[in-house]
Formats: sequence, C-alpha cells, structure tokens
Amino acid sequence: MALSAYDRVKLARGGKRPTGLDYIRNLFTNFYEFHGDRRFGDDPAIVGGIAYLRNQPVTVIAIEKGHSAKERAARNFGAPNPEGYRKALRLMKQAEKFGRPVICFVDTSGAFCGIGAEERGQGQAIAENLLELSTLCVPVISILIGEGGSGGALALALADRVWMLSNAVYSVISPEGCASILWKDAAQAETAAASLKLTAEDAKSLGIVEEILSEKDLGSQSFYDSLQERLCEEIRTLSMETELLEKRYERFRMIGKCRRRE
Amino acid sequence: MAFLNFLYKPKNELEQGGRTAAPVQQDQGEPEKICPNCRKSSPISQLWANQLTCACGYHFRMKARQRLPYLVDKHSFRELFTDITSGDPLLFPGYPGKLETAQTASGEQEAVLCGRAKISGQDCCLFFMEPTFMMGSMGSAVGERITRLFEYAAEQRLPVVGYTVSGGARMQEGLLSLMQMAKTSAAVKRHSDAGLLYITVLTDPTTGGVTASFAMEGDIILAEPGAMIGFAGARVIEQTTKKALPKGFQRAEFVLEHGFIDAIVPRSEQKQTIGCLLKMHNGGENHGSVRL
Repeated sequence: MALSAYDRVKLARGGKRPTGLDYIRNLFTNFYEFHGDRRFGDDPAIVGGIAYLRNQPVTVIAIEKGHSAKERAARNFGAPNPEGYRKALRLMKQAEKFGRPVICFVDTSGAFCGIGAEERGQGQAIAENLLELSTLCVPVISILIGEGGSGGALALALADRVWMLSNAVYSVISPEGCASILWKDAAQAETAAASLKLTAEDAKSLGIVEEILSEKDLGSQSFYDSLQERLCEEIRTLSMETELLEKRYERFRMIGKCRRRE
Repeated sequence: MAFLNFLYKPKNELEQGGRTAAPVQQDQGEPEKICPNCRKSSPISQLWANQLTCACGYHFRMKARQRLPYLVDKHSFRELFTDITSGDPLLFPGYPGKLETAQTASGEQEAVLCGRAKISGQDCCLFFMEPTFMMGSMGSAVGERITRLFEYAAEQRLPVVGYTVSGGARMQEGLLSLMQMAKTSAAVKRHSDAGLLYITVLTDPTTGGVTASFAMEGDIILAEPGAMIGFAGARVIEQTTKKALPKGFQRAEFVLEHGFIDAIVPRSEQKQTIGCLLKMHNGGENHGSVRL
C-alpha cells in the first residue's frame, strides 16, 4: 500500500534512520570536525568540518539528531541554535576562500524555539545564511535526509542542487502546528500533512528539489557507494559551471505560483 | 450601612468622580478607541491626528496604505506590481475563501503594497506589509512582489525602504511560501551588492519567515516602539521550554538591547529620520567620494 504523507512524516522522524554523522562517516575520509561560531559558542546540533570526498577536499555540514536518547538530548534533538547557523556560515565562507565545494545534510524539525535562541537572534542568523548562501562562489549541494523543518532547514539548503531521500519530508510548518493553527485541532495532522505537500515527490513536482534518492538498502555500503558516486558526478558538473551564481539565483527566482490579475 | 462610609476608600478614578482627562475637540457620539497599554479611551480623530498613536506612546497597528500620507511626499507614490496576486497553487482546503475574506477585509489584493515615491524629496522604492491581509503572511505573491521591487530598485539604482508586519510564511502555500524566503533574500543580496541602501522598519508583529529573511537583512534596521519582533512565537517557546518568558520578551526595546536593531523610531519621527538617512547616503547610493 502506498504511504500517506503523514506516514512519511513519521518515517522521517523515526529514530532508526542514518543521521548526519552516519553520512559523514560513510561518504568521506579524513573528516576533521571544526567547532564554534567564534561569536558565542558551539552548537552540538550542527556538525561541520572538512573532509575528502574521494580525493576532493570538501566542506561538510550536517544537522545531527543523534540515535540514542542520550545522544538526542545532547544534540538538542537536532534543533539548532543561532550559533549553529553561524558556525555553518563561518565554515561556508571558509570553503569559499579555499575553493572547496560545500555539502550539507539537513535533518531538523526546525530551528530551536527557545528564549536564548531568540535573545541571540535566531531569525537574524537564518536570514544572514540565506543572504550569504545566495552568492557563495563555490558549488553547494544540500541533501534532506530526514525532516526538513521550515526556515531552520532552508538555512542550509539555499543550494545549487537540493536532493531528498524518498521518505524525507520538507515543510513550511509541522503538520501538527498547521492543524492546531488552522483547525484548532492537532489531531488533524494527517489532513494537514496531505495538504501541505511535503513529500519528496511533491517537492520535486513543485521544482524545489532536483532529485529523489531511493531508500532501497538505506544505510548499507551500496547505498553510500552510489550516493558518493552521484555527489562526485554532480560536483564535477557544478565546478565546470561558468554561471554558477546566475543559475542559483534563477533556481529560486522561478519558485512560486501567482495569479496574474488583468 | 451609610454610617460606615468614612471607612470607604474609592477603588478607582470613576468612584472618585471620574478621571480628569484632557479636554478634546470631539464630535458628539464620535467613536472612541481604548488603548491596550494605558486603558484610556481616546476619540478616533485624536488618534489619527497623532498617526494612530496614543498619548502614552502606544502605537496602534496601521494598514499599509494608511502609512503613505505620513511618510511619502504628496502625490509622489506610484504603486507597482498590482497585477500579482495569490492563486491556490496547492489546492489547500479553505484557502480561496480565506483569500477572498482577506481581500474584502483589507481592501487590498495582496499582503504587501509596493511602489516608488519620494521621501523628503529623495527617490526610493517602498514596500509596506498589510496586517489585515492574513496577518501579512508571505506566500508566492508577496515573495514575487518583494523580489521584483528589489530587482527594479537595483535596475533603477534606488534605495529600498520596507515596513514589515507579518505572522511569517503563509502555510496554505506550503513549501512555495518557504522558498520565498530564499528568493527574496537573493534579491536583497543583489541589490546590496550593487552598493544600494536598504532600510527596514519592523512593526508589530514581525515574526517567523519574514524575520528570518528580508526583515533582518536591512543595512539599517529600525523598529516601532513596543513592536513584537521574533522568530518563534512566544506561546510556542513557553510550551517548548516550559519556562517563564523574561519581561518585555521579543519587544522592540528587548531586541534593541540584544543588539539586533539599530534604533527605535516613533511614528512621528519616521519621515524625518528616513528622509535624513536617505540624504546621508546620497539618495541611497555609494559614491565613495569625500566631500570636505
């Protein structure tokens, strides 16, 4: 039987999927993790550093949710604070300086909703990432590996290529949040999930992602091998692109459907 | 019990025989509005004479078009992109009805008003978000209008002045709304890289996806007194963290103290301030010349 949109949401949230660090360990070698935003602190919900993709140095940034209950708590359940986004931006600017492509793995229910997060400018941190990513002069590929929760996910996904795992979801708001705002009833999350068009197929048909990655053998060596091959191929293509920023601008410029009034 | 009257203390001004409010010129039967801050009632005409602000300093919410006469030079405003409005791209339940209600209630076709005008003789592009149109939420049409405004301003080499008020991204357009944050930010960056000035004025409330994109991307970020400015909603934060929120949380004064806005400017000073800022930037363009 086909999975409903809400089944996908539950799958995307499930604790059994590979998380950001699993991708880093299996796709790259020589990963050096770099900590801190040089402004306030180090956010454990975002992991970043440099590594080799085969023999190509790349900058890797991943939102990490953790597997065990203990890990999840330590990673703040993959809900980044402003310092996480600022660390990511610092590493992206560094990638630009040294001409390294950037690969992001996105998996978050959303940017953290907390007092400290607001005091340290959560909105400003996300806005700045969007602003800077739009003209970052190196190829950027973002892969949604689980939950793509709103602005907190987009802050690492203003990229030349955005890919999604087949059971990942990408949404402007959680289905529960949407249902409770619109219908004052979180139990209608199922209807909301279907209406929000948050599955990988939806995102592809809306022109928001280029590619859906099959979850056949998710987490196995062959899964990582073929993903590694696809990443190498795409980075080769993007590094030959002479109008990288122009095309990135157009990629997002096209998105949106309006009605033209006479 | 009349003999106990000497023990009685009046509980409020009304029991004392009423408060002595300043006399105001008022039509008989003119409607009044109660200020949610000081609880005083003022006749509408008096509030309008003060640009919809109470004597206590409280700023009432203002519709986009109502700001024009207080801000731009007479007859200088030319509206742009009026042909772009919202459709129902995801066939979201109840959305067309909501759009219709919003259009009737606000008298606007969309949640943002764009145009070009002069402020104190300075040419500029302007946008004003509309609080009575689905709380200024950003869907494809808002994103498209704002993006076009920045592209137009870059082409015409004009500064942009933008008034924000928004509940965030419009969930009825799902991912398409979310992507407007990326689209508008990229347009702001191009305008900025062309050396042009962008001033934002954050008004009550500026939240969610608008805060996390073009509201916070101004070269100069101003705010109205008391405006609620934040990313996540206060109620959501309370539920998530189960902690009491600090006093004045997410108000303009709090956000100023934390270093995220440049200044709080009351409505009565906005025209003069913005006009002066535009002038100090040579009409909003970097000429890099020293004039000593």
